[in-house]
Amino acid sequence: MFDHDTIVGFSKSFGLLYLVAMSIGVVIYAFWPANKKQFERAAESVVSDDEDRPWL
Amino acid sequence: MIAQLTALERTYAAIILVVIMCVGVAMAVVGRGDLFAVHGWIIAAYAMAVMVVLLRDIDAPEPWEEHFREYYDDPTKVGIILSLIWGVIAMAIGVWVASLLAWPDLTFDAAWASFGRLRPVHTSGVIFGFGGNALIATSFHVLQRTTRARLPDQLSPWFVLLGYNLFCVLAATGYLMGMTQSKEYAEPEWYADLWLVVVWVVYFAIYIRTLARRREPHIYVANWYYMAFILVVAILHIVNNLAVPVSIGHAKSYSLFSGVQDAMTQWWYGHNAVAFFLTSGFLGMMYYYLPKRAGRPIYSYRMSIISFWGITFMYMWAGSHHLHYTALPHWVQTLGMVFSLVLLVPSWASAGNALLTLNGAWHKVRDDAVLRFMMLAAIFYGITTFEGSFMAIRAVNSLSHYTDWTVGHVHVGALGWVAMITFGSLYALVPWMWKRPALYSARLVEVHFWLALAGTVVYVFAMWNSGIIQGLMWRTYDPNGTLTYSFLDTLVAMHPYYIARAFGGLLFLTGIVIAFYNIWMTITLPAPVDEGAASDLPVEPPAPRAWAQAGE
Ligand code: HEM
Ligand code: HEM
Repeated sequence: MFDHDTIVGFSKSFGLLYLVAMSIGVVIYAFWPANKKQFERAAESVVSDDEDRPWL
Repeated sequence: MIAQLTALERTYAAIILVVIMCVGVAMAVVGRGDLFAVHGWIIAAYAMAVMVVLLRDIDAPEPWEEHFREYYDDPTKVGIILSLIWGVIAMAIGVWVASLLAWPDLTFDAAWASFGRLRPVHTSGVIFGFGGNALIATSFHVLQRTTRARLPDQLSPWFVLLGYNLFCVLAATGYLMGMTQSKEYAEPEWYADLWLVVVWVVYFAIYIRTLARRREPHIYVANWYYMAFILVVAILHIVNNLAVPVSIGHAKSYSLFSGVQDAMTQWWYGHNAVAFFLTSGFLGMMYYYLPKRAGRPIYSYRMSIISFWGITFMYMWAGSHHLHYTALPHWVQTLGMVFSLVLLVPSWASAGNALLTLNGAWHKVRDDAVLRFMMLAAIFYGITTFEGSFMAIRAVNSLSHYTDWTVGHVHVGALGWVAMITFGSLYALVPWMWKRPALYSARLVEVHFWLALAGTVVYVFAMWNSGIIQGLMWRTYDPNGTLTYSFLDTLVAMHPYYIARAFGGLLFLTGIVIAFYNIWMTITLPAPVDEGAASDLPVEPPAPRAWAQAGE
């Protein structure tokens, strides 16, 4: 099996890498211009009053 | 309620109940002489009680077609009431436990009323009974409204709600009889754990199936928080509870982990229970009910997405801050500490987002105690997470660990954040669910608000003082290098604060009792249904599709 140092080394390198990559990915997604409309609509839709029946 | 189920669903319900009853009786037989048998009987009795309710209406006529064109809210309604019942009981026990610390004689020489047994009844009762039922109830409501789709069937929500409450009953009764796995917040024994896995998988399946049916293409952010809550709690629960029972007819089991691995697994679980049970789910509540009640869309939808991923991925690594200065490798402690500090960013982003949503609607906050509950919750959420990040610093933790400071931190989060956001959301939800123009009494909500705020402040300041005094007394040395204070000295110093805490808790308890009365009156008083006033009354759906196309 893997020894302690290998696992520590892996978590210290890969862990950093994927967390940074994920953070960048999320920020890009959130600020992607094409998503803006969709987000605004989603935020608005909660306060609208047409929620009272499932759309069929 | 039963009459709303289709005949097929009623049949399935009856079959499931018979199976559960048989399992209960089998447990009672196999576990002869062990407490396991007592739980067998409790399971059988629980299934029997549900069966009685079912049988009373088993041959009611089929529900109308029209019924299936509305959202399915019956489980939400029952969940709200169960949440409040658990809340009243578990907080009353909280006050009892607090009094026990001030006046230890209050056990009355009964084993079941000792501190060690009542304390987990309090913690599980408030977290799982009060919080869990509120989460299940609101999640079904939010899920349907934001996806514009009805729940996929009418049986599985009941299975989740009632099955979950069976788990809570097993937990609470088990503690009173002295059964425990000795893992905090995961005390129930193996068979209860297995049952919860079944319930939880069905819960997640409801979410996925409803999303698959959704009419609204974008999945509103509140649903992400609820789903993270369900999914991660499943993972945590399964891993931390891996254990081998002594025998199949015996309640006792032994964990698969031992030593420091066990400690790390437990606090990975424990901290993420805080993160995904007490935070993520309730953030889901906040992101729906706060904008809804304020009548304003969330200030920054983008920010809510970024904080979602931040919270989801960073909390996972913070658990080791519960194990500073232990046998856990130093670098793992440091890892937990660093992630705890970074966590402040997404946490404050959420709290700030909530408060900025209210910016410009302060007059509503002033006039409406329901909205004020939600605002206060956001503020306390900010305070708790700031305090938590601070306590996670190793040097600070050397003072706070093992002291009442931790208990103070817990209850800023529990009373100030979890309970307040729940009260706000339930107050908002009740008139919508029961089609009432308003709550029975806005005045009583106001009274509750001030009791809750006063109770929290008294509780928290008492514990901060007590904790810091305790921590400092433990580390004060005299010139000869020996400890200045004995353990007893610290107890004497803490006694007045314990009395104050019990009093603060009593205020908070009074508040929830009033809430229960107010909501009960709202439901039972035959209020005139004012068609125009409530915002959640049926209107024509925007694009109704014909049931069957002519000529098809
Ligand atoms: C009426 C209000 C309440 C009172 C009087 C109260 C009282 C107490 C007391 C006396 C303890 C034991 C402290 C110790 O062992 O030193 C405790 C622990 C705890 N309570 Fe409460 N409580 C209340 C409400 C709540 C609520 C609403 C929640 C959660 C939503 C909650 C969650 C907890 C948790 C998680 C612990 C364990 C803390 C730890 O292990 O550090 N409590 N409470
Ligand atoms: C950024 C967010 C947070 C961080 C970094 C954090 C950090 C901490 C730390 C360092 C401890 C003390 C561990 C020890 O000395 O044993 C602790 C305990 C605790 N925190 Fe937090 N906290 C956060 C948010 C919250 C929230 C929102 C709640 C919700 C109610 C909460 C509930 C608890 C509970 C229940 C405990 C006691 C665990 C136990 O010992 O039984 N925390 N937290």
